[in-house]
Amino acid sequence: MSSTVMHSNHAVAHDDHAHHDTGGNTVFGFWLYLMTDCILFASVFATYAVLVNHTAGGPSGKDIFELPYVLGETALLLVSSCTYGFAMIAAHRGFKGQTLAWLAATFVLGAGFIGMEINEFHHLIAEGFGPDKSAFLSSFFTLVGMHGLHVTAGLVWMIVMMLQVSRRGLTDRNNTRLMCLSLFWHFLDIVWICVFTIVYLMGTI
Amino acid sequence: MSHAHSDAGAGHGSYGSYAIGFILSVVLTAIPFAMVMSGQFSQSVNLISMLVMGVVQIVVHLVCFLHMNTSSEGRWNLVAFLFTVLIIVMLVGLAIWIMVNADMLMMPWMFQ
Repeated sequence: MSSTVMHSNHAVAHDDHAHHDTGGNTVFGFWLYLMTDCILFASVFATYAVLVNHTAGGPSGKDIFELPYVLGETALLLVSSCTYGFAMIAAHRGFKGQTLAWLAATFVLGAGFIGMEINEFHHLIAEGFGPDKSAFLSSFFTLVGMHGLHVTAGLVWMIVMMLQVSRRGLTDRNNTRLMCLSLFWHFLDIVWICVFTIVYLMGTI
Repeated sequence: MSHAHSDAGAGHGSYGSYAIGFILSVVLTAIPFAMVMSGQFSQSVNLISMLVMGVVQIVVHLVCFLHMNTSSEGRWNLVAFLFTVLIIVMLVGLAIWIMVNADMLMMPWMFQ
């Protein structure tokens, strides 16, 4: 008898807790992960800053960066941040079709960014300025490549979310996941601002 | 339900906040880009302006896209972020300080 009471009390307390803030806790936990990711990026930025002048007779940033091309990449990522924001607004209002359409638009823009980045890397390596040329180029490829890998992971996650939303609809759980991906995507745009400023703009002057 | 549900942990935006964030980001990216491309400014002017506009743009993104604020729901997000900023400043600042000094002592010809 008493064990039944205890059990049901426990169940009630547990339900109440879950009802209250599971989604919020999940999103906050993901935010903390992003903070650790910030520190990972900061370490690689510090490495880049230390090695930027160690060109070992190879090219410096001034010789190889094409600023207008990089501005195009920046524009793609910035617009994709906005389209993801619109997807979140649509999801918040419960419009499934609109959410999927904005997610698809975000995916196309993100894929365009990755395509441009791969093209840029391909050109540099084809000209003989690969990561094995100098410490500067090693750290450049590590930093920009790591950001690119994060964006690629975000694109894979976006495909998964589009499948989940189209199959199961805008459930609470899916909304929480969309919120986490939203934080991830906007966070990557912020990291790109740092890359654009510290690597490309400062490397060109 | 889904309203109350996802409000904790991070805030929500509106079309307006995204539009403001987008326009400010475009301006804050275009100005340093144009300054560098024109080649009419000295290196130090370029450097200071691009760093200031970079930092401002990060704040714009945090407020307009990530909806960071000082409300009680968002308080812990802000605290965690500020702590991370402190760690990043120490990590990057001290790494550069130590390594540049080591380079100056071991490879003085690079600084002549």
